[in-house]
Amino acid sequence: MEASEEKSAASVKAVDAIVAVVIFLMGLVVIVDSWRLGAKWGSDGPEAGYFPFYIGLILCIASTINFVAAFKVKGGESFVSMSSLKMILSVVIPTIIYVGLIGGVGPVPALGIYVASTIFIALFMKWLGKYAWPMTIGVAVAVPVVFFLLFEVWFKVPLPKGPLEAALGLN
Amino acid sequence: MEEITNLMNGFIVVLTPYNMGLMMVGIVLGVLIGVLPGLGGANGVAILLPLTFAMNPTSAIIMLSCLYWGALFGGAITSILFNIPGEPWSVATTFDGYPMAQQGRAGEALTAAFTSSFVGALVAVLMITFTAPLVARFALRFGPPEYFSVYLLTFCSFVGMSKGSPFKTIAAMMIGFALAAVGLDTVTGQLRMTFGFTDLLKGFDFLIAVIGLFGIGEILLTIEEGLAFKGAEAKIKMRVVLDTWKQLPKYWKTSLRSSLIGCWMGITPGGATPASFMGYGIAKSMSPNGANFGKGEMEGVVAPETAAHAAGTSALLPMLTLGIPGSPTAAVLLGGLLIWGLQPGPLLFQEQKEFVWGLIASMYLGNIAGLIVVLTTVPFFAAILRIPFSIVAPVILVICAIGAYTVHGSMFDVWLMVIFGVVGYIFKKLDYPLAPLVLALVLGDRAEDAFRQSMLMSQGTMSIFFDNGLVASITVLALVMLFWAPLRAGIARLRGR
Repeated sequence: MEASEEKSAASVKAVDAIVAVVIFLMGLVVIVDSWRLGAKWGSDGPEAGYFPFYIGLILCIASTINFVAAFKVKGGESFVSMSSLKMILSVVIPTIIYVGLIGGVGPVPALGIYVASTIFIALFMKWLGKYAWPMTIGVAVAVPVVFFLLFEVWFKVPLPKGPLEAALGLN
Repeated sequence: MEEITNLMNGFIVVLTPYNMGLMMVGIVLGVLIGVLPGLGGANGVAILLPLTFAMNPTSAIIMLSCLYWGALFGGAITSILFNIPGEPWSVATTFDGYPMAQQGRAGEALTAAFTSSFVGALVAVLMITFTAPLVARFALRFGPPEYFSVYLLTFCSFVGMSKGSPFKTIAAMMIGFALAAVGLDTVTGQLRMTFGFTDLLKGFDFLIAVIGLFGIGEILLTIEEGLAFKGAEAKIKMRVVLDTWKQLPKYWKTSLRSSLIGCWMGITPGGATPASFMGYGIAKSMSPNGANFGKGEMEGVVAPETAAHAAGTSALLPMLTLGIPGSPTAAVLLGGLLIWGLQPGPLLFQEQKEFVWGLIASMYLGNIAGLIVVLTTVPFFAAILRIPFSIVAPVILVICAIGAYTVHGSMFDVWLMVIFGVVGYIFKKLDYPLAPLVLALVLGDRAEDAFRQSMLMSQGTMSIFFDNGLVASITVLALVMLFWAPLRAGIARLRGR
């Protein structure tokens, strides 16, 4: 495979171990909160933390075993190569910005799902697909319009809308 | 035969123009979903679920279950033509399907795959028609301890049947249970693990998890594997179909074996994916042509497709009769039942006859319709796969975001979906299974309720799970499944001596 020749961004071993630690911490959080609520037998039966307490306990035990097992794997197999990681991030980061634009977060204005989708699809096609502008704009405008008709008009399911819809009187 | 009468009534329910129309919409959308990367049976149904809230439950389940059949059919198209399994359960189909396509026998491979899927589904539906009412009647006697032991069996089966590390399966499952516990505890009214965040009060919705884990996660995996789809030509001529049909009967043993494997794996929540691998593996070791498997042997397409479809279909049996889904997609359908105001479980067969038998009848008709649709429209769906990924991917991401938002009309859920997507990508690459996580998230609350009620009945002693013959045998079976790997190793060692 070509991937193994490329520079690795992280080894399977490392990611496996980190994930096991994160899961262990999750288990710890579950145990602590269950204990706070009461994980014993109350006056009227099992307390609120009774069941989750054991869930947390099993999480901790299983992730400890997974952590140890992660180091038993021989060889430094690559979890993700540098170039793949770049590809993944070039999708994840725009997606995060996209979700931010729908509802607005901090300095990012809320544009509503339709306008945000137009920007997202256009950027994606232009940046990763290298399409010409007419094609890009055509798809980026057509898809949200179809969804608008489908959801707002046909099924009457309201989706988040922003200033553009307000200006057009579509709210 | 009461079942036959009920089934006939079911056909009357389905055979209205409206329901037949929804059936076709479901099938076509399902095949489309099965073909597209990032959209599959489970998250496809999850995304469309909010649109059915206002529908009559029977019509809604007909459409959504047909979507599921369509997705099962659609997975084979990408496997055979592009060597890209559109769905996890069609991975085994690529082993012989893609070599056949490369040899210019794509039409034969597709016909064999679709027909086998149909046969597998048919066997499973027949099984459901005659055993589901019996199981439901039997399950009426179940109390909380029996229910908890069945839940236990469900989850222990995942551990026993897991291909990878059983501890990764356990960890994934427990994450599901932990997420299910978050929010308001309905019994004591206390808040669990919300840490002051109001968004966490209502807990984690499994529909969001499904859309993120299976949708976004899958897109990320596809992107990593490369963006170009290079596929074989797809055309199915009528003559090829008829010729293939003439050849298929000689594989009846393989079909029968795979159907039985599929039915078993579907009822115990092994699911369609392991069933397809098992069907393929057993056919390979038992067939006289076994040595040719992997080089384009038709039997190697028949075996996994039959098993996968039988498993996918029979996963609905425990969902309908016990309220315990056998696969993530069945779990999403179960979620639908709850939203439409129906209580899944044995009483469904007595109180909602029209719904249950309408659904079962639609399984027969839906699979016939599905077979016809896929045989006639393969070129169209193959063309969709040729649309470049840099157009398809953002559109699918938009669809996922809309789907996540419409579940509760909350932006918080859309953010959660993105997080679940990244988690899904990492988990897939590290061999943490996603199905047990989703099922634990769905069943967590009810498993806990059954456990608490049992504990109340017994005043806190575990012996209640061995109290009578029924509950004891289910519990023991569950423990056998849990320790299946060490048990099997032990037996093998004893034999070796």
